[in-house]
Amino acid sequence: MANSSYRSISFNQQGQAGNRSLLQKIHLDGPLLLGLLAISAVGFLILYSAGGENWGLLNRQLIRLAVAFGGLFILAQIPPHHLRRYTPILFAIGILLLIAVLVMGEVGKGAQRWLDLGFFRFQPSEMLKLATPMMVAWYLADRPLPPNWKHLFFAVLFIVIPAFLIARQPDLGTALLVASSGAAAIFLAGIRWRILLAIGASLGALLPVLWHFMREYQKQRVLTFLNPENDPLGAGYHIIQSKIAIGSGGLYGKGWLNGTQSHLEFLPERSTDFIFAVFAEEFGLVGCIMLLTLYLLIVSRCIYISIKAQDTYSRLLAGALGMTFFIYVFVNIGMVIGILPVVGVPLPLVSYGGTSMVTLLAGFGILMSIQTHRKLLST
Amino acid sequence: MFQNVNIKDNLKENRLFLNRSIFLFIVVLFITFGLIARLTYLQVIGHEHYADLAQDNRVKMAPLPPTRGIIYDRSGKILAENRPVFNLEITPEQVPNLDKTVEELSTLFALNEQTTKRFHKLRQRSKSFNSIPLKLRLSDKEVAIFAANRPRFPGVDIHARLMRHYPYKELTAHIVGYVGRINEKELKSIDPKTYRGTYQIGKNGVEKTYEAILHGQPGYLESEVNVQGRAINVIERAPSLPGKDLRLTIDIEMQRIAYDALGKKNGAVIAVDIKTGDLLTFVSKPGYDPNPFVYGIDHKSYNALQHSHDRPLFNRALRGQYPPGSTVKPFIGLAGLRYSVITAKQKNFCPGYYQLPNLEHRYRDWKKWGHGPVDLDIAITQSCDVYFYDLALTLGIDRMHEYLTLFGFGQRTGVDILGEKRGLLPSRDWKRKARNQAWFPGETLITGIGQGFTLVTPLQLARATAIMASRGKNVQPHVVKTIGTDLNSVPFSPPAVDQAVTTPPKKSILWQQVIDAMTHVIHGARGTAQSIGKNSSYKIAGKTGTAQVFSVGQEDEYDEEEIEERLRDHALFIAFAPVKEPKIAIAVIVENGGHGGSVAAPIAGKLFRKYLGD
Repeated sequence: MANSSYRSISFNQQGQAGNRSLLQKIHLDGPLLLGLLAISAVGFLILYSAGGENWGLLNRQLIRLAVAFGGLFILAQIPPHHLRRYTPILFAIGILLLIAVLVMGEVGKGAQRWLDLGFFRFQPSEMLKLATPMMVAWYLADRPLPPNWKHLFFAVLFIVIPAFLIARQPDLGTALLVASSGAAAIFLAGIRWRILLAIGASLGALLPVLWHFMREYQKQRVLTFLNPENDPLGAGYHIIQSKIAIGSGGLYGKGWLNGTQSHLEFLPERSTDFIFAVFAEEFGLVGCIMLLTLYLLIVSRCIYISIKAQDTYSRLLAGALGMTFFIYVFVNIGMVIGILPVVGVPLPLVSYGGTSMVTLLAGFGILMSIQTHRKLLST
Repeated sequence: MFQNVNIKDNLKENRLFLNRSIFLFIVVLFITFGLIARLTYLQVIGHEHYADLAQDNRVKMAPLPPTRGIIYDRSGKILAENRPVFNLEITPEQVPNLDKTVEELSTLFALNEQTTKRFHKLRQRSKSFNSIPLKLRLSDKEVAIFAANRPRFPGVDIHARLMRHYPYKELTAHIVGYVGRINEKELKSIDPKTYRGTYQIGKNGVEKTYEAILHGQPGYLESEVNVQGRAINVIERAPSLPGKDLRLTIDIEMQRIAYDALGKKNGAVIAVDIKTGDLLTFVSKPGYDPNPFVYGIDHKSYNALQHSHDRPLFNRALRGQYPPGSTVKPFIGLAGLRYSVITAKQKNFCPGYYQLPNLEHRYRDWKKWGHGPVDLDIAITQSCDVYFYDLALTLGIDRMHEYLTLFGFGQRTGVDILGEKRGLLPSRDWKRKARNQAWFPGETLITGIGQGFTLVTPLQLARATAIMASRGKNVQPHVVKTIGTDLNSVPFSPPAVDQAVTTPPKKSILWQQVIDAMTHVIHGARGTAQSIGKNSSYKIAGKTGTAQVFSVGQEDEYDEEEIEERLRDHALFIAFAPVKEPKIAIAVIVENGGHGGSVAAPIAGKLFRKYLGD
């Protein structure tokens, strides 16, 4: 247990007990928390405007946020090794729930994403957003890295199974997010570049096949993305109005509550998926750069935490969660500014809506746990 | 598992992981810059374009049409007003069950299928928050019926719209005219900005002449609309500038007296204020009710008006061209005095006919056996034709044409009602141009008694009479007295008339001789219109006339029974009073009326009594 004593010494050297802030005692990461609260505050500001100055909307969002931060706090208390231990069980439950949803969907005919638990509705795909990178990290943590073909195969399988099940719901957006969070873990595990290239190439080859399996509305979204002006009143309307909102905002924006595109309801989905357009209209390019910087700071902190993490599981998981968060931001903003197809991905901590926020903050809870339990790892 | 741990090279793995993390961070940075680049493209380079699009999205301009100016008579009675018309309208989004509501309303108001069909058609083209008319122009009773049933029909309401209304109907139709739907021809000539939101325009009469003044300037309502086009709030409201009111010179009571006095006959009555040129009476009978034209008259009613033998749409006072008959004689007589070819006392013998030298044809006098020795006074008082045949011949057509032109014959009076006819004052030039014929002496003769080619409008005749009464001062007839409301009205200035230019002769005794003769027409023992001046405290000067019919009725179809009536002579009468200080001049034409003295003169007499008292 020499190792252990070394660690406790280093602990004592690094941060005296007095210096250990209250935050660290309750396993919260200051910079991350500050960033999250700052973005939440911006989110409230812009939601107030986007929702037509509706306090009811804000209240519901506040309750959700409180619940989500509660979840964050709870998860932050769980040391990573406990989390690691329960990862396979969590993943298995998630997959079973996904299958359950699909079966119920078959019965109910049509898209089905929810499990109705009576008092609240639960979306198992959200759970997989966390469980998938956890599973990949769990699987690769004990293997020699970079992983060999066999390990890679299993790791990819842990991604493909939930992604496929979610895609069948059908919820392509979440499926892609789940897959990319797992992929981020594999990438961080040090997958060789040539293998990566090979996978990329085969994925490219698979695109037409994927196209074949897509539902009509999904195909339509992609076509609309490629040429929104083709159908200005139909499917292209969202993107056109969104670009008008953003473009008309200009350098400094029209000012808070002064966005015409949103307040006059030209902008669809303005409280949810397209809330960034409301922000861009009212706060302009300057505001956008500031918001993006805020997101960038959070992602940077996540990467920092993952680099500082002391075991492979934590490291891979922290990195993957950070990347997932960034992918959220990128996919949402990319969609709103018209460089990505319209997929139902909310802007983290800003868009109105519940489940994804809880999942996101739960992920940050895990990140904080990884960061704050670092010194006590081997005790 | 434990073996694996031993195999793991932690240091190498850490380095690998760090590399990958740094790589990902760089990717994150690149993507972020990519997003910022795209945002810069949209918000800086494309800003103007998108700002325009956003503005187009949000702002809608709605015109606020101006209220049309009201037209009053000279005493302030309303001749043309804007009256609210009540339409039954439905706002679909406020109606729980539209089909049922329409059905119930249909039974309540006995709506036909066509009406409901039109409503449903309109509804499909309109936004659900727009009010759509179901039934137009509700009667008072229908308004009451709906009021009683209103609670049953949420989302249904009565909306008022201003429509032009002419309370005096046929009495003022030929003066005031009417407004109607702007047609395509008018659409090309009007300024679309001024007429945004306006659907009607003056079609004739004062409504047309003074369109620019009556119409006013539209305002606009710039409002912010949401995606459904519903107005959210007003950005700017520029109120419309209402059209200016007009006060006419017409006295509606005199108008009615003249109209009624014509009785069943058709004709025209003009009364003009000699000093100002105010047209006090401007009657063309029959008139017509202009109100249906405002809403859009139906074909059947329009055809009935158009093809009626009485031609109610024809403005006789303005466009009717009649031979002046004997009413021209005072002017010819004055011409004789002015050119000194006669004196007032000089006598001619009237045998009852006149013959041109070396010609067989006898030009008859209306009095078969002749008037005997006739001076100017007798010639005018008894309307001796032979005297004027001779005088006309002596004057010649050139001098007659020159002199009668000074009284406005053959020219438009310039009255402020559009569409005036100019009549016809024949001359050698005219005949050569129009008929390519030389002038014959016989034509000179009949011109002297107001027959032949000469045609006058009632308005011209009244104006000439007024010029006679004012002893040569020009008179400009007009119907608009003031522009603007009575309180701060701007006095109407008629088209420039050179009042200084007076018609010769300069010697007032010569005028007096003719006017005296005209006075004797009314007050003399053998005057042709004695009936009207018997009890008056002032003297009236006048002249009767009878015109042979040959123009009116030519276009009409022949109707055996009506021909008799239609071929009867027109009765004419011109007069002014008081002789000492002339105030009012009147011209009356009664179509197919017979003799001027018995039919036309009494109409003038009633107007004199109304205007000047007994």
